[in-house]
Amino acid sequence: MALEVQFEKRLAAYNLNVAFSCDADPLAVLGPSGAGKSMTLRCIAGLERPDRGRIVLDGRVLFDSSRGINLPSRERRIGLLFQHYALFPHLTVAENISFGLDSLPTVERDARVKRQIAQAHLAGFENRSPRELSGGEQQRVALVRALAIEPQALLLDEPLSALDTHLRSQIERQLIDTLATFRRPALFVTHNMEEAYRIATNLVVLTKGRVAAHGPKEEIFRHPPSLEVAQLTGLKNSSRARQISTNTVEALDWNCILRTHQSISSPPKYLGIRAHYVDFLEAASCVSSGANVFPCWLVRSSETPFRITLYLRLHNPPDGTGEHHLQAELFKEKWLRIREHPQPWHIQFSPESLMVLPE
Amino acid sequence: MPLDLSPIWISLETSLTATAITLVIGVAAAIWRANRRGVGPALLDSIFLLPLVLPPTVVGFLLLLIFGRNGPLGRLLSHFGATVVFSWPATVIAAAVVSFPLMYLSVRAALEQVDAHLLQAARTLGASEWRVFRRVALPLAWPGILAGTILAFARALGEFGATLMLAGSIPGRTQTIPIAIYFAVESNDLHQAVAWSLIDIFISLAMIAGTYYWTHLQNPARPRWTRASESRR
Repeated sequence: MALEVQFEKRLAAYNLNVAFSCDADPLAVLGPSGAGKSMTLRCIAGLERPDRGRIVLDGRVLFDSSRGINLPSRERRIGLLFQHYALFPHLTVAENISFGLDSLPTVERDARVKRQIAQAHLAGFENRSPRELSGGEQQRVALVRALAIEPQALLLDEPLSALDTHLRSQIERQLIDTLATFRRPALFVTHNMEEAYRIATNLVVLTKGRVAAHGPKEEIFRHPPSLEVAQLTGLKNSSRARQISTNTVEALDWNCILRTHQSISSPPKYLGIRAHYVDFLEAASCVSSGANVFPCWLVRSSETPFRITLYLRLHNPPDGTGEHHLQAELFKEKWLRIREHPQPWHIQFSPESLMVLPE
Repeated sequence: MPLDLSPIWISLETSLTATAITLVIGVAAAIWRANRRGVGPALLDSIFLLPLVLPPTVVGFLLLLIFGRNGPLGRLLSHFGATVVFSWPATVIAAAVVSFPLMYLSVRAALEQVDAHLLQAARTLGASEWRVFRRVALPLAWPGILAGTILAFARALGEFGATLMLAGSIPGRTQTIPIAIYFAVESNDLHQAVAWSLIDIFISLAMIAGTYYWTHLQNPARPRWTRASESRR
């Protein structure tokens, strides 16, 4: 059970050039809009033709430019869930689901549609028109329709983006369950890194048509290979860096010398630290003894119901330009304690949470 | 003098036949055009649309050149012992040619309006191109195709100039209602002109009523919509 993808396609803005594979564990294709995510899915589904390359599903060659093979969509047996679902507006829910089953005998087709409808908790909706359904119900019908043909692989194009926020977590839960029982290659495209992390096992990070990272999600979030990938995984603080010794680095934009945990193999280009890892020292005793401790001043802040983001300036009080060096994110409880202390506050970059980025 | 009713049947038969021909050719041309870009198809487009902008007499004159005794098609047909000019088929050809652009434009617009994602979804579900067309594109484009058919029929029914050039006015054979009206007025027979005009108005009204009935009760997209709004709570 594997989908192997490797192709190039010339697009107006850049060349799409991707290579990755997907087994029975769900794979998220993460990237900013316009990175070529949807185009990649469309090429796999056979709706677009790559210029060069090879796409193989379970040993079945779907596309191979060197051998002149390009199976049409209808022969690929790949389920595709469109971003806006693409339900047939002139057909009922049941007719939509049975659309791909016309080669089956009527009795078997009806039985399968009935079973699918029951499984997806859509009983009672059979004769409704798609436009009478809520967004979540439409998504479910589209997913059931794609799964009804018993596809060898499933592709989902931003499956949750068209839903209201309050529905999203519930539908996401159902999607995770569906993918868990599918047990065949499943790819889903998203620009939301938290969604990607929750749903997928493995990640492909796509930027400007290139695979910037490919691997298990934990690995990519912990050790992003580049600044670009780190930022896509939510990194807010980065600085250009210059190596001093095997475990000390100068952060040029922050104007400080930092000890790192990893001993550095290749020369670092950037240093990064996630906003929630920026640590505030409350006891004065730690300030003199700890490593990587620096004074900082508050430039401005931004609140959500339970958390606060502080924009901080290192070494000197704010100069009135509003420029900050770092963002720190913390729970309100801690913030209430910290603001009792006079500035400068002291923050620590713990060596374990510093990211050393070679590019 | 009792009215010779043959122009009614000639008009109806001509218009229906011409509309059936333009429907088939118009849909085929629109499908062909839908998947093509470039200068060639665009040039062909302007030829398709020419009968809409040319005066009907010019269209009729050109048809006369093509189908006449020395025209390319006329000579070909005379080999088989057939002449088109001043025959009933000539009324059909004239009506079909002038009504074709309306059909072609309507069908093309209707097909272009169908969301491409729906066609692609059908393909990923294993549907052949024919099935994609018959089950998805055609039903969704149907209201537009129907509108084109009505327009084409109305244009064919009212056709005068090209018909007179190519088919002449032979009572009982090529004389349609508009031509009968023209010659009635010319020979100062106002009673007959009024009678034919009233009949034409009646046919037109019946046609409008018929399509209204059809689009509201037969069109597959509509009744479901009305049922939908009723069944909601």
